[in-house]
Amino acid sequence: MSILVIAEHDNSSIKGATLNTIAAASNINGEVTLLVAGLDISKVIDEAKTISGVSKIISCDHELYKNFLAEDFAKLVLSIADSYSYILAPATTFGKNLMPRISAKLDIQQISDIISIESEDTFKRPIYAGSCIATVKSNDSVKLITVRATAFDPVSLDNNDIPVESIDAVDASNISEFVSEEIAKSDRPELTAANIVISGGRGMQSGDNFHLLDSIADKLGAAVGASRAAVDAGFVPNDYQVGQTGKIVAPDLYIAVGISGAIQHLAGMKDSKVIVAINKDEDAPIFQVADYGLVSDLFDALPELEAKL
Amino acid sequence: MKILVPIKRVVDYNVKVRPMPDNSNVDLNNAKMSVNPFCEIALEEAVRIKEASNAEEVIAITVGKTESQEQLRTALALGADRAILIESDSLLEPLAIAKVLAKVVEQEHPDLVILGKQAIDGDNNQTGQMLAALLDYPQATNASEIKLDESNVTVTREIDGGLQTLQLNKPAVVTTDLRLNEPRYASLPNIMKAKKKELTVTNISDLGVDVNPRTELLSVELPPSRDAGIIVESVDELVEKLKNEAKVIT
Repeated sequence: MSILVIAEHDNSSIKGATLNTIAAASNINGEVTLLVAGLDISKVIDEAKTISGVSKIISCDHELYKNFLAEDFAKLVLSIADSYSYILAPATTFGKNLMPRISAKLDIQQISDIISIESEDTFKRPIYAGSCIATVKSNDSVKLITVRATAFDPVSLDNNDIPVESIDAVDASNISEFVSEEIAKSDRPELTAANIVISGGRGMQSGDNFHLLDSIADKLGAAVGASRAAVDAGFVPNDYQVGQTGKIVAPDLYIAVGISGAIQHLAGMKDSKVIVAINKDEDAPIFQVADYGLVSDLFDALPELEAKL
Repeated sequence: MKILVPIKRVVDYNVKVRPMPDNSNVDLNNAKMSVNPFCEIALEEAVRIKEASNAEEVIAITVGKTESQEQLRTALALGADRAILIESDSLLEPLAIAKVLAKVVEQEHPDLVILGKQAIDGDNNQTGQMLAALLDYPQATNASEIKLDESNVTVTREIDGGLQTLQLNKPAVVTTDLRLNEPRYASLPNIMKAKKKELTVTNISDLGVDVNPRTELLSVELPPSRDAGIIVESVDELVEKLKNEAKVIT
């Protein structure tokens, strides 16, 4: 069986979720080919050549793929899709945007956000914000899959020298165009890659109060996240959101501050190794999943915590 | 300009969903049903575009059982001009829904299709992108801002790590994210008016679309539960536990 994994990268380095996706692919019996498409990607290719569990790399270095627009990227994948029984991508905004476009063109029902591979055609995936886990069997001849990164330990980078084949770009779609991008610059680790995450909820009361979390995050080398309620209230941008409709994280330590613990938030963080909850409402559901709960006003607890770390 | 807004009837956001005793599916008996929250955002955006005189007609559509008319009436009360139910007794997969919608787009010729980025039941996040693919339309998922001009739609998207702005040729498919807008509530007069608006029902078999399932649901279970933790009395105790017991900080 041949497996194609679509690499997510930023034209300079491989994104971590790609390594988790390759790990998922290695649970299927077959050789893994990694597609790396972008512009000026020689550094990405050099890195990709060292990834464990990959047999071959297909590279396409072309202007059309610089911004990974779904219209053109899907056409490129379709040009090589014939050779594969499985096509996998990470369930990040990149993979979620791209994969259904490929899937519809191949007339295949995609399986989204898998957390385990039970057999060659059967997968587990969370539904209803993770309230339930569905076991789903795909009867399509080709399996199109997005992978929840936190459910698979990443493969490593080793002293490999994987062979690379270059392919040509396909004709441009000319129906969409990249205008601009604003990527938040931060010295902190990325939310989905951080070992420690500290998140704030509605209890933070304002965006300004997030500086209380920032200073603790700086001491711990943590990323800062938020609940949907905090994003809804306009305290912080949406890319902070942890939960069903935001990012899925599973750090070693997750500190939930002023977060009540709605199922939609728990869906994004309950696989964290250690969970701490700080909330003044002792009945908040977040305490039911917390390993350590502190019933306290966050405006007292946070400055004290920062001082004692 | 005409805007098509596909919506989905789903279990209400506040309902805690559990598996059936025999684990064959989720137990939705007597559960409160609502319009999927992301679909409400899509509808609100379409109505605002119309209110700004950038569209003449907003059509709400759903594919589902007869009961889905409730959600279409809600859409009409929230500002849709007319509604279409493609009636189907079985719950369809996203690919089948996208095929049905593509068929309706070919009949209705909307300039823009706005739909939610995902439904909160299956959490698939597929239908919009699949619809765009089947029609060869451009797509912008996770929209936080939509701007229109004569021939284009400019969409700012929520992506991991920030925002991306794309310009799409019309017709186009856009899926909505949380911050696009805050949906209104239906007023009583509008709920009354909605009862008189046009709602057409078409049986799915009349469309001639292959909607056969491609997947089988083998079982539905509860996720593994976490062991109960402890309540610490002070910040000092918390720091001590994290350092010495959990060993997650140094």
